Amino acid sequence: MITLPDPKPDVLARRDAVIAGLRAAVADAEGVIGDPISLKPYETDGLSAYRQMPLAVALPESTEEVAAIMRFCHANGVRVVPRGAGTSLSGGALPMADAVVVGLMRMNQILDINYADRCATVQAGVTNIGITNAVSDEGFFYAPDPSSQLACMIGGNVNMNSGGAHCLKYGVTANNLLGLKIVTVDGEILDIGGEHLDAAGYDWLGLLTGSEGQLALVTEITVRILRSPEGARAMLAGFASNEIAGACVDSIISSGIIPVALEFMDRPAIHACEAFAHAGYPLDAEAMLIIEVEGSVAEQDDLLARLSAICNRHNPMSLKVSRSVEESLAIWKGRKGAFGAIGRISPDYLCMDGVIPTSKLPDVLRRIQEMSDSYGLKVANIFHAGDGNLHPLIMFDANDPTSFHKAETFGAEILKLCVEVGGCLTGEHGVGVEKRDLMPFQFAEHELEQQRRIKSAFDPDWLLNPSKVFPLRAPAALPRAA
Amino acid sequence: MIPSEAEAAIARQVAAAREPLLVRGAGTKFGMLRPVQAASEITTEGLTGITLYAPKELIISARAGTPLHEIESTLAEHGQHLIAEPPDLSLLLGTAANTQTLGGVVATNLSGPRRVAWGAMRDHVMGIRAVTGRGEVIHSGGRVLKNVTGLDLCKLLTGSHGTLGIITEITLKVLPAPEAVGTIAIPGLNAEQAVAVLSAALGSPYGVSGAAWLPAEAAARLPEPIAAGRSVTLIRIEDFATSVAYRTEKLRGELSAGEILDDTASRTLWRAVRDVRALPTANGDGIWRVSVRPSAGPGVLRAVEGATGYLDWGGGLVWLAGPANETTHRAIEAAARAAAGTWTLMHAPDSLRNAVDVVPPESAPLAAISRRVKGAMDPRGILNPGRIYSGL
Ligand SMILES: Cc1cc2nc3c(=O)[nH]c(=O)nc-3n(C[C@H](O)[C@H](O)[C@H](O)COP(=O)(O)OP(=O)(O)OC[C@H]3O[C@@H](n4cnc5c(N)ncnc54)[C@H](O)[C@@H]3O)c2cc1C
Repeated sequence: MITLPDPKPDVLARRDAVIAGLRAAVADAEGVIGDPISLKPYETDGLSAYRQMPLAVALPESTEEVAAIMRFCHANGVRVVPRGAGTSLSGGALPMADAVVVGLMRMNQILDINYADRCATVQAGVTNIGITNAVSDEGFFYAPDPSSQLACMIGGNVNMNSGGAHCLKYGVTANNLLGLKIVTVDGEILDIGGEHLDAAGYDWLGLLTGSEGQLALVTEITVRILRSPEGARAMLAGFASNEIAGACVDSIISSGIIPVALEFMDRPAIHACEAFAHAGYPLDAEAMLIIEVEGSVAEQDDLLARLSAICNRHNPMSLKVSRSVEESLAIWKGRKGAFGAIGRISPDYLCMDGVIPTSKLPDVLRRIQEMSDSYGLKVANIFHAGDGNLHPLIMFDANDPTSFHKAETFGAEILKLCVEVGGCLTGEHGVGVEKRDLMPFQFAEHELEQQRRIKSAFDPDWLLNPSKVFPLRAPAALPRAA
Repeated sequence: MIPSEAEAAIARQVAAAREPLLVRGAGTKFGMLRPVQAASEITTEGLTGITLYAPKELIISARAGTPLHEIESTLAEHGQHLIAEPPDLSLLLGTAANTQTLGGVVATNLSGPRRVAWGAMRDHVMGIRAVTGRGEVIHSGGRVLKNVTGLDLCKLLTGSHGTLGIITEITLKVLPAPEAVGTIAIPGLNAEQAVAVLSAALGSPYGVSGAAWLPAEAAARLPEPIAAGRSVTLIRIEDFATSVAYRTEKLRGELSAGEILDDTASRTLWRAVRDVRALPTANGDGIWRVSVRPSAGPGVLRAVEGATGYLDWGGGLVWLAGPANETTHRAIEAAARAAAGTWTLMHAPDSLRNAVDVVPPESAPLAAISRRVKGAMDPRGILNPGRIYSGL
């Protein structure tokens, strides 16, 4: 169970004054929320097992309003929880009782599209898919594609350094950014980077990306946009064991082909997704790969033939090469709907997000299965096989507190295992509150202390998204804690 | 990523230091940015060797003092390469060839032509170990390709020129080297025309991985005589041989211009572009790099009188050589500012390096953050003081 620190009683007592201060900062009367019923939608995020009503919510419509909010909160010692769409799976946007949630969703304007220089500048509340939609008529797209892309916002993506199924080729959010407009904790508006590559000086863009709302509020983002490939096609291969599928992944990478996507699903995931999407997944297989390539039709044919030959060397139980866009979409439909599919088997599940060296996959899956047996909780595994990012989905019963507690412990065991085999606690969902207390498994105390000092350099009083990322300590021990 | 005695020795030396330290690898980049006034040196030369190479996991780790060419040749043996294609500037800067270290390339975040499509050095640093100014060894990231655990100090340390920590070990993502390379070379365009063509090429679906324009005098310095007294616009495609053949032909058709250079010619040519051979060697001259949005590149080139240069990264990277004086520097600053871009003084006599802003100064609130971050990493201010900003 995750604990949150006690709210500051003086801030709770000044609630009305805080709301009045926010109203002075935000022009639209509906841009500040104080009544409990309207606050309710903000009490949780994608980690819905944890709920906490915030003190108030502010919904600014401009960078200037964000700055005014921050000046007020800073001057009054009020904590701030930044929020995009609230799809974080690690509780990154979980409110605190004494904190103001600053929601960026009203800042949803595409400010500039510059095709000649292949970049677009958008406000933080534009959805991930919204960027691609804005440029797709010209044949362009924004590459990182988290499964939540219909809902999640680019400001949230920046703060989580989100990935997607295609990041093996196109990289994660950090690799697709050029510039940011940020508001510091004391309300200064700063430009980081711009429309050019590799700004000189310290790489603030890189440090801010994935900083989980710990360092600043991000209000505008300049992203790289890319020209879409001529076409893309997927294939699907089923194997008799996780080991064989893993060996096939090794052979693919060794062949010099880097597919644009290389996704692995284990037996429970295959079954759940097939029941949901009827994609023709091999129900007799223990493991399955979805492999996607890009290029002209001839190039696709060539690559798919090479990949089929590689798969055939590993005795696939089934091999299906898509012949059309529709067939490719069907293959993807199962994978993209994986969360929904698991949700139909078990309404409550935890989506874990560890990373392992790909060579350790069979080992790790075996040990996860042993844990699953001993905890008595089912698990399905989805794996970005090219980059080692493992998503075990642990199914539990939310009506049974011991079941939830077991699921959390099971999840933590998996993440510790990931670290033990040379990987890490999180590949794309972030630390948030969920993995905060596991940080000492990956970092020595002096290393955490070093990260805390960087946080303090941006946010000396620890007002920004507190109680996330870093294990809690006695407040007195916090550097310059307010 | 494992501790070593050499790393521990560096940590002890830093912890015991009472005066500023010059942090160095092979010293090939001493001429960059501002000179460091330091009583003694600390070197990564004793930190050598590849510590992990897992080709199937696209990961290589090496100690910071490992010569870059050693890493490149190990990768080549396995048909892989460094994605950001870091340049070897030894001929340009008149330093010893083949000595630059991995640590030096990462600490300066130097990338070559492929950067425009595949990311910079900093994009492929998956893990780092470093000795902070406190003399503590820290790590960030790891040996896997995706990692968002905690603040990304890999990015902070990469490109920090040894001012925040002494990088001791680095893990990089690597990729299979392409089977074939092809180039479309178009002679005779002016800078604006060229950037429009490069923009069309980079905005095409053909996976262009190099896009440069060289005026006639720069083109003449290339090893391949390709444009005979005219400017040349270069577009590179790297992939499997069949794809390269198809894509170069298709793109040339769409651009309706240019000749196609074969694999051998392309490799020689792009190595020369990578290593900035198209600029006159520095001697007493100054060398600058300006990064702007690509469409602004031609304007920057034209704005600086007395300097000579060329464009890479589709127009966005402007390499300039010119008289090493304040007039030239101010003109470059002004041109970069006008285009909302950034500049780096790569090489000049100490007098100029001490007198000017070698990179754009930060706004007051950002400079305050820089000071606090420097204080957080190096509270006594002993690591390469003044290297990037005066007084920091
Ligand atoms: C069904 C589902 C599928 C998912 N699939 C993926 C996936 O494939 N890949 C992946 O990487 N993630 C995935 N996620 C996780 C989540 O969608 C991402 O982390 C996403 O980037 C969060 O965006 P958001 O707008 O919802 O941000 P929120 O959840 O609102 O916030 C995320 C974090 O960023 C901070 N933040 C948000 N906006 C700002 C801002 N403007 N300035 C400063 N801080 C800010 C918040 O404080 C919080 O810490 C998935 C989630 C769900 C529910």
